[in-house]
Amino acid sequence: MTYEIQPIETSASPRPRLIQMPAVEPPKPTVAQAKEAADQAQAKVEIKDLRFYYKAYEALKGINLTLHDKRVTAFIGPSGCGKSTLLRVLNRIYELYPDQRATGEVLVDGQDILDPRQDLNLLRARIGMVFQKPTPFPMSIYDNVAFGVRLYERLGPRRLDERVEEALRRAALWDEVKDKLRESGLSLSGGQQQRLCIARAVAVKPEILLLDEPASALDPISTQRIEELIADLKSDYCIVIVTHNMQQAARSSDYTAFMYLGQMIEFDTTETIFTHPKERQTEDYITGRFG
Amino acid sequence: MNIYARRRATNFAILSLSLLATAAGLLVLFLILWSLLRHGVPALSLAFFSQSTPAPGNVGGMINAIYGSAVMTVVATLVGAPVGILTGTYLAEFSRGSHLAQVVRFINDILLSAPSIVVGLFVYEVMVVRMGHFSAWAGAASLTIIFVPVVVRTTENMLVLVPASLREAAVALGAPRWKVVVMVVYRAAVQGVLTGVILAVARVAGESAPLLFTALNNQFWSTDMNAPMANLPVVIFQFALSPYADWQLLAWGGALLITLTILGLNIFARLMASWSSFSK
Repeated sequence: MTYEIQPIETSASPRPRLIQMPAVEPPKPTVAQAKEAADQAQAKVEIKDLRFYYKAYEALKGINLTLHDKRVTAFIGPSGCGKSTLLRVLNRIYELYPDQRATGEVLVDGQDILDPRQDLNLLRARIGMVFQKPTPFPMSIYDNVAFGVRLYERLGPRRLDERVEEALRRAALWDEVKDKLRESGLSLSGGQQQRLCIARAVAVKPEILLLDEPASALDPISTQRIEELIADLKSDYCIVIVTHNMQQAARSSDYTAFMYLGQMIEFDTTETIFTHPKERQTEDYITGRFG
Repeated sequence: MNIYARRRATNFAILSLSLLATAAGLLVLFLILWSLLRHGVPALSLAFFSQSTPAPGNVGGMINAIYGSAVMTVVATLVGAPVGILTGTYLAEFSRGSHLAQVVRFINDILLSAPSIVVGLFVYEVMVVRMGHFSAWAGAASLTIIFVPVVVRTTENMLVLVPASLREAAVALGAPRWKVVVMVVYRAAVQGVLTGVILAVARVAGESAPLLFTALNNQFWSTDMNAPMANLPVVIFQFALSPYADWQLLAWGGALLITLTILGLNIFARLMASWSSFSK
């Protein structure tokens, strides 16, 4: 008599993942392999001597950084270190507010987006952003996703339907909302709303996706879905994620930048940052001994 | 335990005073409503809604005044609501704390609290005197001047309540500012803004002072906007002070009608506001 051991599969409820310390994560590529991969990845964004000011206060003190295409870069660091500020420079959304300004260069595909002649709306159409709190617009689920598409493309109803479905599928939300696309986006749960916002950002087919603590307001299962989503989206986008969650950075990113007091303390492959960081401050922060 | 006993006593005393004050306010309100109903209901006949204001001793109604009030309020709304909403939008969305915005806001606050009779005198000076006669246009203009600041204020307040994150999210998709305002911010605030408009309608519907010098009054049915026009508040004012019992009765009916209209508009505004929170 033979017994076949079958893996227990429950498609309905995703298997909860144990929270593990980065050091005992499942095998990741070695440093050498990661470095090799890094060389293969194309630079998408080059940040040169970026300084950022809220009125007279200097929030970013000369940042130099390269973001690679089709890779995930995580910004980590304590509150107020400037990681969200750095993210908000990349689509120049800070320009909504007077008294905020940036100097230096941010080259996207070799073009300086800090150039005053840069068309901000076109720039933001190329660079999607998802915020900490879900921000569904007060309109139907369908219109939420179609909103950005309608701004820059004139699609027929059928092609727009396809685009909305594609975006919702990519955001792993389609099955949950396909029968209620006309209902308000506000009727969804917090995790669903956040995936709706990701679908909305993905629908316009941006080149870069900025995620500002996208999972910090969500429960563990929603968080896991969003991390899976990031892993899936990585094949097409240059993704930048700001996170307070060290495990999240370790799990979902290829590169990690550790920031402190407006400075880039260390930037390397995530593997290196979490196994042998060069800087003492980095090590203290990721091991929770920061103080 | 002593301190808790004292706190409970203080709580009881303040709560009692609050309830007493509330009861006093409500009592006055219900007294007004009750006396209006008691004296006004008998006046509401078919003639009240179908005939114009009569000479003393004749049978008549208020239809000319009802029409006049309605038409001048509608004109004030059609002009005042867009102006007020656009100004409120400028203040909330586009002014970025400029000096101009501060001046506009300050002047709007003054207009908001200006005695309505001053508005009436102003329109009398600039319209009635120059045109040489009283007119419904002048009446509508003075109501508009009262209408606008109410809408400016409520619109700005309602738009400011829309979270900045919603604007950022729309801007981050590459939407130009005007589309962000029209397609996202307005949608989020539409109930609040409309509530402000309805409250402004309720406010001007009961104004008499600004009409006294502008639309004046008209005993007869008239739809000519260039001529004096009857309106409920001024007719009530005139008839209530008259010595004739039948005119006084009509004034009670008119007062009841205006009060019920304003009460209805306010309740409607409240319902709209609660619908908005219901949909979220």
